[in-house]
Amino acid sequence: MLELQHVSFAATDGDANKEILDDVSLTVSERFVAITGPNGSGKSTLAKLIAGIIRPTQGKILLDGEDITDLSVTERARKGISYAFQQPVRFKGLTVKDLVSLAAGRKITVSEACNYLSEVGLCARDYIDREVNASLSGGELKRIEIATVLARGTALSVFDEPEAGIDLWSFQNLISVFEKMHERTKGSILIISHQERILNIADKIIVIANGKVTKVGSKEEVLPNLLAGRICPALQN
Amino acid sequence: MDELEKMLLMQIADLHKVPDGAYNIRKNGEADGRRSTPHIRIEARKDGKAGIDIFISKETQGESVHIPVVITQTDYRETVYNDFYVEDGADVLIIAGCGIHNCGQATSEHSGIHTFHVGKNAKVRYVEKHYAAGDGNGENVMNPTTDIRLDEGARLEMETTQIKGIDSTARTTRARLAANAELVIREKIYTHGRQYAKTDFSVTLDGDGAGADVVSRSVAAQSSRQEFYLRIDGNGKCHGHSECDAIIMDDAQVVAIPALAANNVDAELIHEAAIGKIAGEQLLKLMTLGLTEQEAEEQIIKGFLS
Repeated sequence: MLELQHVSFAATDGDANKEILDDVSLTVSERFVAITGPNGSGKSTLAKLIAGIIRPTQGKILLDGEDITDLSVTERARKGISYAFQQPVRFKGLTVKDLVSLAAGRKITVSEACNYLSEVGLCARDYIDREVNASLSGGELKRIEIATVLARGTALSVFDEPEAGIDLWSFQNLISVFEKMHERTKGSILIISHQERILNIADKIIVIANGKVTKVGSKEEVLPNLLAGRICPALQN
Repeated sequence: MDELEKMLLMQIADLHKVPDGAYNIRKNGEADGRRSTPHIRIEARKDGKAGIDIFISKETQGESVHIPVVITQTDYRETVYNDFYVEDGADVLIIAGCGIHNCGQATSEHSGIHTFHVGKNAKVRYVEKHYAAGDGNGENVMNPTTDIRLDEGARLEMETTQIKGIDSTARTTRARLAANAELVIREKIYTHGRQYAKTDFSVTLDGDGAGADVVSRSVAAQSSRQEFYLRIDGNGKCHGHSECDAIIMDDAQVVAIPALAANNVDAELIHEAAIGKIAGEQLLKLMTLGLTEQEAEEQIIKGFLS
């Protein structure tokens, strides 16, 4: 179980665009937990705090009761946290197989790597030896990113807007990836998303606005209000 | 051959034993074995200079020639001239390379000057590896010069790698291409410590349909220095592409000075260059997979130079 206790984050480098978080407390122990909210509300900041990419200015993060607030990205990864980037990183020279192998933490066979790629809808044989570089489209990179999290198979997986850029590949497939992943890991999957269809599979939805948790509950409790209150941000003052 | 020499041969030519096909092994300035085959003839030079002439007949199809150089003496310097005569239509793999193991205090130096005369429609793959080691304080110096002349429709692919132990190197490659000839160069360099590496490519595309693709990837770590010079001259309806991509670390310095000269309105020449440190995001991604920062760095460099 992941627990955030009174976590705050304020940008210290004077970057006014950085999202802030203010006294956020929440737990993640269910199968699927979704975090949603308007753009700029602090959702991605939250995901980065959990992965250890940034540190909270206040508060504590606990994993299975252990305080991991001061642990590095590497240490948290080794304790069983996976994190899928919203914008996957490109590498000149590293192949898809290299990356999936590094994710699995061991040398994997071609057929193992192919299995992970097939799960995210990529024809493995066409991709396995390709470099994870600019020749891949955003959608391809995004699916490879998801495959790296699959290969890790950790107890907690965090996805930052996994649906963004998943061109030509249906949400239903993405959802079945999450379902299969849970069958294997029996852990929790934390998904940051705007997509109603992804929110629909959540056992718990956390709504964040202006850096604060404004609502937590089951989809039956949260979704109706959320959808009724959804206004085009451009029309908001 | 002793264990040290065997180790050097393995590093530069992946040789565990005497190679199949034609070969010439040069050890501390002396011939340590030579074999010609019905299609590939290796002879001592007739002009008095050190080195060999290699004649590759047009009957040669898919054969290989190994010409490794091994130096295990300290305070030893040599300049060796090897000329390759590849007949029209031949198809050959040439594996050269130099390994130095310098345990002494003085400098060991090898300057290899390779000239390729490649006939019409012939295909050459030329693999060159440089490696040095030693437990003394002596410097290891290698200055390879490659002179390539491609006749009409000829193709030469050159892979040149310098991964370890060379303290100072000046690598000069010149090529002149006739119509429809094709040149592909892949260079990989890793420098560390106080090493210095200079690369100088000069490619002249004389004929219509000639094409060159030169890609250099390098990593400069610690206090090492690298200089990259490149010039492509397009004198006809030709296409030239070059790319130099360098990762810089610690206190290293990299200079890249590319030049393109179009002397014909139909010459298409492109250069791409990038020098930068390893992107923080790349390190972070690999750290979220459980690697330490150091391990992430090693993987990124390994991939970049593979």
